[in-house]
Amino acid sequence: MRELSLNILDIAQNSISAGASLITIEVSENTTDYTLLIGIYDNGKGMSEEQVKSVIDPFFTTRTTRKVGMGIPLFKMAAEQTGGSLEIKSELGVGTEVRAYFKTDSVDFTPLGDVSSTIQMLITMNTDRDFVYKHIVNEKEFVCDTREIKAILGDVPLDTYEVSQWLKDFITENTEVLYK
Amino acid sequence: MKTLAELMAIKEATKQRMTVREDTGDDAIRIVVGMATCGIAAGARPVLNAFVDEVAKRNLKGVTVSQTGCIGMCQYEPIVEVIQPGKEKVTYVKMTADKVAKVVNDHIVNGNPVAEYTVSAIK
Repeated sequence: MRELSLNILDIAQNSISAGASLITIEVSENTTDYTLLIGIYDNGKGMSEEQVKSVIDPFFTTRTTRKVGMGIPLFKMAAEQTGGSLEIKSELGVGTEVRAYFKTDSVDFTPLGDVSSTIQMLITMNTDRDFVYKHIVNEKEFVCDTREIKAILGDVPLDTYEVSQWLKDFITENTEVLYK
Repeated sequence: MKTLAELMAIKEATKQRMTVREDTGDDAIRIVVGMATCGIAAGARPVLNAFVDEVAKRNLKGVTVSQTGCIGMCQYEPIVEVIQPGKEKVTYVKMTADKVAKVVNDHIVNGNPVAEYTVSAIK
């Protein structure tokens, strides 16, 4: 993957396949100690301990958990090549939390890329789910919650073109400010 | 900077327009983009965005853009299928955002699939 934002898109698809109604995506960066956390948390059907082990191993998975496949191994590799790590916490019937830790000063750090496109796409392609996007840079924080947006929109769908374009700009502009 | 307050104005403008919009019937054209790990890694995200933009720009009615999982030919991703009732499904391979305008213009609007982008053009 050329951007970590594509890994986020990919991992969030697993949450959607797992039937999650609420998916939280957290990007938390500390520019003084060069660390980055990317978290994808859902309330989907969850996995057993065995399944968690198998999604990390790309060769063990192939048949039983075909839906997961290469996504987690690629994300894990992206984290580990910077000196970071990946952890998965999951409970059947409760949900799954995937956390990847990166060292942003590593030469092998993949750029974060266009996260706003990822979030826009997830929200507008899955209007029946709710998403919380939380982006933190040092002490500053931006939160975008579709439950809040839906309350304002009423019966106007989230995937209306004008709303979708607003969403993209809303996320891009509010995220840029965090880095200033 | 964009704020939640602006969303109110967008809502009101959209609502007025929505009352005149007709429902998409069974003869709708579906544009389906493969968005599994293979598709995403090959660049499906900008392709899907380009289709959404192009369909909106031309204000096309009865056309939906959606996503699906792995179609099974990962080496030809990004793959896009155009499904129209009563017609054979057309599968576009190795799509890019640049190719999207031509597919929408020639195929979706004028009914002529772009043969050179389809899976049958692969040797």
